[in-house]
Amino acid sequence: MIKVAGRPESLQSKQFHYCPGCTHGIIHRLVAEVMDELGIREESIGVAPVGCSVLAYEYFNCDMHEAAHGRAPAVATGIKRVHPDKVVFTYQGDGDLASIGTAEIVHAAGRSEKITTIFVNNAIYGMTGGQMAPTTLIGQKATTSPYGRSVEAQGYPLKVSEMLATLTGAAYIARVSVHDPQHIRKAKAAIKKAFEYQIAGKGFTLVEVLSTCPTNWGLTPIEALKWLEENMLPYYPLGEYKTPEEVK
Amino acid sequence: MGERILMKGNEAIGEAAIKAGCKYFFGYPITPQNELPEYMSRRLPKEDGVFLQAESEVAAINMVYGAAGSGARVMTSSSSPGISLKMEGISYIAGAELPCVIVNIVRGGPGLGGIQPAQSDYFQATKGGAHGDYRLVVLAPSSIQEAVDLVQEAFEIADFYRNPVMVLGDGMIGQMMEPVEFRAPQKRDLQPKDWATDGCKGRKPNVINSLWLQPEKLEEHNWKLFKKYEEIKKNEVKYETIQMEDAEFALVAYGTTSRICFSALETLRAEGYKVGLIRPITIWPFPEAAINQAADQVKGFLAVEMSTGQMVEDVRLSVEGKAPVHFYGRTGGMVPSPNEIVDQVKAVLGGGK
Repeated sequence: MIKVAGRPESLQSKQFHYCPGCTHGIIHRLVAEVMDELGIREESIGVAPVGCSVLAYEYFNCDMHEAAHGRAPAVATGIKRVHPDKVVFTYQGDGDLASIGTAEIVHAAGRSEKITTIFVNNAIYGMTGGQMAPTTLIGQKATTSPYGRSVEAQGYPLKVSEMLATLTGAAYIARVSVHDPQHIRKAKAAIKKAFEYQIAGKGFTLVEVLSTCPTNWGLTPIEALKWLEENMLPYYPLGEYKTPEEVK
Repeated sequence: MGERILMKGNEAIGEAAIKAGCKYFFGYPITPQNELPEYMSRRLPKEDGVFLQAESEVAAINMVYGAAGSGARVMTSSSSPGISLKMEGISYIAGAELPCVIVNIVRGGPGLGGIQPAQSDYFQATKGGAHGDYRLVVLAPSSIQEAVDLVQEAFEIADFYRNPVMVLGDGMIGQMMEPVEFRAPQKRDLQPKDWATDGCKGRKPNVINSLWLQPEKLEEHNWKLFKKYEEIKKNEVKYETIQMEDAEFALVAYGTTSRICFSALETLRAEGYKVGLIRPITIWPFPEAAINQAADQVKGFLAVEMSTGQMVEDVRLSVEGKAPVHFYGRTGGMVPSPNEIVDQVKAVLGGGK
């Protein structure tokens, strides 16, 4: 008998706390499937962020280390420097990584820390109730941008993958999406590459995953997927921004 | 007697850490402690260790958090404004019950303050400093030799209690040179770090965490920490008394200031004043009992600090109103002279010996 579905071993048998329609569950699963396929569950240490995925340490079935808001890349650096033979990853949202944690992510990439960052970008602060994020789109409404984000008042959303890809220390930078099955498969392939490059010692790796927040976007799960496709993809183009082949 | 070497305080602290098995150091430049990270950057690569200059003090303490969580003996150092930046991380480390050593070579504040020696971070070190119900063990050396001994012991204390330990020196301790001998500290019965995040082969996953969303659980955690702190208070108080046997008046001072008080004491004794000195070596836990006991014997106390008066509050709490507690301080990087202290004691005693 061939098993065609089921829970990856790298996920705990625990119900997610995520809102209905949120894509964190899919992304957790992709990371876990990759860990299973690479056989690295017992060699991996994950760093959980502050934000919606703060409880990621309850879901991944490997050693997990909680971090303060934005500090996951620094915590991961500490772990990786002590255990250079282990696989170390951070799982961070856009408030965590692209706002309060910009210094940590930029310098982890600059130092070419051999870690993998899964960066979940849903253009909003979810856990705290829908405030404007550094990745909130122009015109997008949030509880702290009730009239819509304006260029005059709040400036432009950060394009993290493009920015980090300029750093020599970044080995693999890709932006993917999980709004339909085809893109989910591509997202998994990118996550797998990132882990493989880390294991091969290529340097810093990051996969930005465009994600939905039906609750705080005020949309149904289906509408949210469509909103992501129509609004986020044009501003945040998908693709590999840096691959190790470019690292001389 | 082992070999005695002349060393600068900051460098001696670094060597002591290495002797204690610390292989990881994460820091950020700030005066007056730069010789310490510089020393580590020279030495650690030769010990198969890691020195990393972080992008900020915030990142450095979080690297310490990660390294401590994954089982390493790890240290960071900074000076006052930098320690303020580390406070968030220190709270997480205390909450997650991880061992590490943090060195603060204190300079004058508040704000950017100055770069000369001070003791104005006493409150921050001993009363919290960051958020939440937590304590650091705080060791306050008064000589380079003591700094070396205490840094080594700090790692043992940290591992034994799974708690961050702060070594609080002032700029004087960091910058001056004295002969030191490296002596191994008394080894404690340390448990294996089976809680560390180092890969879950053959066991259930470990989680390093300070989040407790259910208030019942967080309260339970806080009382567990409290019990640990009570245990530390019971076991780890360290202080020195000098000429307290027949003292009718007591000076209380720690660190560099205690040495100046000792000079003042010698002058006063020579003039017939029966003055003694109580020198806290651990400023948390504070030697409450020793000071309370002395309060039954002396007519009064003079707390001397390089601040506008911080430790003096703990002296007053310890004395419990049994005797008057006076204060003399210089601050902002100014160091009190022995004569100033002599004059203060005479003024307080009103000429009466």
